Amino acid sequence: MAIKAVREAPLVAVVILGGLILVAVFADLIAPYDPTFPVKGANVFDPPFWMEGGSAATPLGTDFQGRDILSRLIHGARVSLIVGLMGTLVAGSIGTAMGIMAGYIGGWVDQIIMRVTDAWLALPAIVFAIFLAAMIGPSMWNIVAILGAVYWTRYARVIRGEVLTLREREFVKLAEIAGASKWRVIKRHILPNVMNTATVLASLTVGVVIIAEASLSFLGVGVPPPQPAWGLMLSEARSTLMAGQWWLTVFPGVCILLIVLATQLFGDWLRVRLDPQTRNL
Amino acid sequence: MTPLLQVSDLQTHFFTFGGTRVVKAVDGVSFTLHEGETLGLVGESGSGKTTTCLSLVGLLPRAARIVGGSVVFEGEDLTRKSQRELRRIRGRRIAVILQDPMASLNPLFTIFRQVAEPAFFHQHLRGRTLRERVQHLLRAVRIPSPEWRMREYPHQMSGGMRQRIVGAIALAGGPSLVIADEPTTNLDVTIQAQYLDLLKDIQRETGVALIFVTHNLGIVAKMCDKVAVMYAGKIIEQAPVRELFDAPKHPYTRALLGAVPKLGSKEPLYSIAGQPPNLANLPLGCAFHPRCPEVLPRCMTDEPGDFHPGNGSVARCWLLDGEKEGETHRGRTRS
Amino acid sequence: MAEPVLEVRGLKKHFPVRQGLLGHVRTWVKAVDGVDFAIHAGETLGLIGESGCGKTTTSKLILLQETPTAGTIGFEGRDLASLEGTDLMAYRRAVQVVFQDPFSSLSPRMRVEDIIAEPLEIHTDLSRAAIGARVEEVLQLVGLQPDVAPLFPHEFSGGQRQRIAIARALATNTRLIVLDEPVSALDVSVRAQIINQLEHLQQTLGVSYLFIGHDLATVAHISHRIVVMYLGKIVESADSDALCARPMHPYTKALFAAALPSHPDDPPHAPAIAGEVPSALSLPSGCRFHPRCPSAMPVCSEVEPTLQPRAGGGEVACHLY
Repeated sequence: MAIKAVREAPLVAVVILGGLILVAVFADLIAPYDPTFPVKGANVFDPPFWMEGGSAATPLGTDFQGRDILSRLIHGARVSLIVGLMGTLVAGSIGTAMGIMAGYIGGWVDQIIMRVTDAWLALPAIVFAIFLAAMIGPSMWNIVAILGAVYWTRYARVIRGEVLTLREREFVKLAEIAGASKWRVIKRHILPNVMNTATVLASLTVGVVIIAEASLSFLGVGVPPPQPAWGLMLSEARSTLMAGQWWLTVFPGVCILLIVLATQLFGDWLRVRLDPQTRNL
Repeated sequence: MTPLLQVSDLQTHFFTFGGTRVVKAVDGVSFTLHEGETLGLVGESGSGKTTTCLSLVGLLPRAARIVGGSVVFEGEDLTRKSQRELRRIRGRRIAVILQDPMASLNPLFTIFRQVAEPAFFHQHLRGRTLRERVQHLLRAVRIPSPEWRMREYPHQMSGGMRQRIVGAIALAGGPSLVIADEPTTNLDVTIQAQYLDLLKDIQRETGVALIFVTHNLGIVAKMCDKVAVMYAGKIIEQAPVRELFDAPKHPYTRALLGAVPKLGSKEPLYSIAGQPPNLANLPLGCAFHPRCPEVLPRCMTDEPGDFHPGNGSVARCWLLDGEKEGETHRGRTRS
Repeated sequence: MAEPVLEVRGLKKHFPVRQGLLGHVRTWVKAVDGVDFAIHAGETLGLIGESGCGKTTTSKLILLQETPTAGTIGFEGRDLASLEGTDLMAYRRAVQVVFQDPFSSLSPRMRVEDIIAEPLEIHTDLSRAAIGARVEEVLQLVGLQPDVAPLFPHEFSGGQRQRIAIARALATNTRLIVLDEPVSALDVSVRAQIINQLEHLQQTLGVSYLFIGHDLATVAHISHRIVVMYLGKIVESADSDALCARPMHPYTKALFAAALPSHPDDPPHAPAIAGEVPSALSLPSGCRFHPRCPSAMPVCSEVEPTLQPRAGGGEVACHLY
């Protein structure tokens, strides 16, 4: 039973992720209204269409400024995905490069990189991110850079471990004996063989980065308003949860849940799929 | 005399890809073993020899299952027993020695604890009796100063010693059958010789029956009374050891004998074309026919059954069809 | 007599054992302790010994994975230690290795054609087309079809992978291949294929081999001359036939005694020698083999024997002679 679930998992994950990507790409076409302006003719705090006072024109309700929740969610997908994917890409690239250098070149390069990593990891990620955001100012691409800078260390550690084992494998030694330069060995032997781990790690990190972005937005140092981001939507609507306008927080929350769930499921499936030992069970 | 172990038409299959792919690792294996006898189970990778042994004691991996046949040991069919019942038999009446001693020994426990375990659980020995039994066993496998050694840990011993300790653990429960799966592969040559001599002595003293799984025909020549050669999950030849070496009946056996370099001879080695078969994709007819130097048209379509060319041999080969009982096909190695 | 391809003189490699905060050297592990041999063009030198004898370290020294503590390695008359730059690359080009494990010696994410092409890319300026042609040529030399070139290693069996490893070792007009237990991990039927192939390649190309192994029968079969090592020293060396006809050193005799019979009725050898190889950290005094030697004499524990010529050619280091 569990095995069947694992095999089916990517279907769910792929459907969600694929759907979200489409939504993000075609946001301008799909969203019924401009997310930054109030909807004409709607009131503030209109509930979703199935509740009393709601209308189909704003199916998921409106927020405290009268903006359509659905449109804001759709445009918010764009932010979450860009930040999530790009942030992971940046973190992954830096981390993999550092990990390979530390693991393969060794010596003092390894020491320096590892001590930096240790120091970095000692800082709570979100606090660090807030600090950086405060320093360089929030904008979407700045956030991408910041999250990349904060999360590369987990990569470096894991990749370094892989490289240490790889380095002792015979085919690497053979390349060295044949006279290959260090760069050649890294490019042709080490890098391709860490890509597996790096990919799996990436898919699992996307979820973390997205939540980090949401947290930053929630705290007010993320993507600046009025551009919609799911975390920002949660932050803006904090006070309304208890006041009864639950749709302002629940829908963005569900979206965050879905995307993180999807990336985690996908990453887990990828991990099983890429490991030759568990692949065929 | 009733045999100690009678395996009849044993079939063990591996189920992968959620059950859509079935690999017939053991496909109709039958042999008999009497008390005090040594059987050599010979084959290359993929022949099914290890799976056969694991099937005998119920230690198959999750993906494998015995799907047919019977294993009658001391009068009881082991294939019909539950894991709980098998646990009482394993270690007590049947013992297993595996290839890698480091994997067989727990690095966290002393030698004493590990050798004592079977006697502790199966024979309920305690205290001084237990200690003396452990020392006796260690002495039987020629570990010097056992009183001191038994307080040490596996990592403090050499490879040869560890393998002997594994042997002591195997003997601790007082088994009537020991299955040894390539126990000397990782040992140095001189250590291997010591170990094999030791096994022979122990067998002489205790009368234990031995199944020796190996790909090394030299070990077979030295240790075994009878031999079963496996290929693609089936036993393709079975014979008393001298008969096998003097007059191998199956072309595969002949090829194996010709492929081994003989000390002092520079004659070119006989090399069999191709590689060992892929069990998921066996050819029609006789599994060996794509590599057989004496293949007949019939071999490509029909699987041969057992033929009895005499002198205690049984072989599955169409070349033997039509020969009368008692006539033997004298084999020649080719180069 | 033409110059040997490889000549080793007085080769020593001692590893320090450090202890304490400052890494003070407590003692030395004398992995290789004074080894001489030479390999000529087109011949196979067999190196046999058990664990701890130093054969792995010797091969690492030849492959420049370690630097010698003392002694010289001469390549075509020139001392390796003096080679630099292009000369050093020329050495790497001419001396290659095939390891024991066919499953970890090929990069899993590289195609066969790239694996074999790598030494060519490192050492030559050949065009892609020329490299491709050479790859095909070499694949055929080792008995594989050229159309397997685009495949990945995992699609091949153990024996085929060893052939690929041999092909890679031959790609650059190699003069010497160090074969470190190249068939030990293969099935019996495949071993014969590979050994026959290696012999055929030697006859065709004139390449030399240093064949390191632990199975006497295999080593004796493929080698022209054999060197027997024990605890870092050579105890006997001779032509393969002479050694098999008349092993002289007690350790060599023990190896022969331990060799498995080829027929159940073969006369039983003398019982196996007792004991195990002592730790390299506490070498026995005098002759290193004396604690296990059935013919040990009082002088054996005091004076280390040196290599003397032996009957039938070759040398042996034993006080009996």
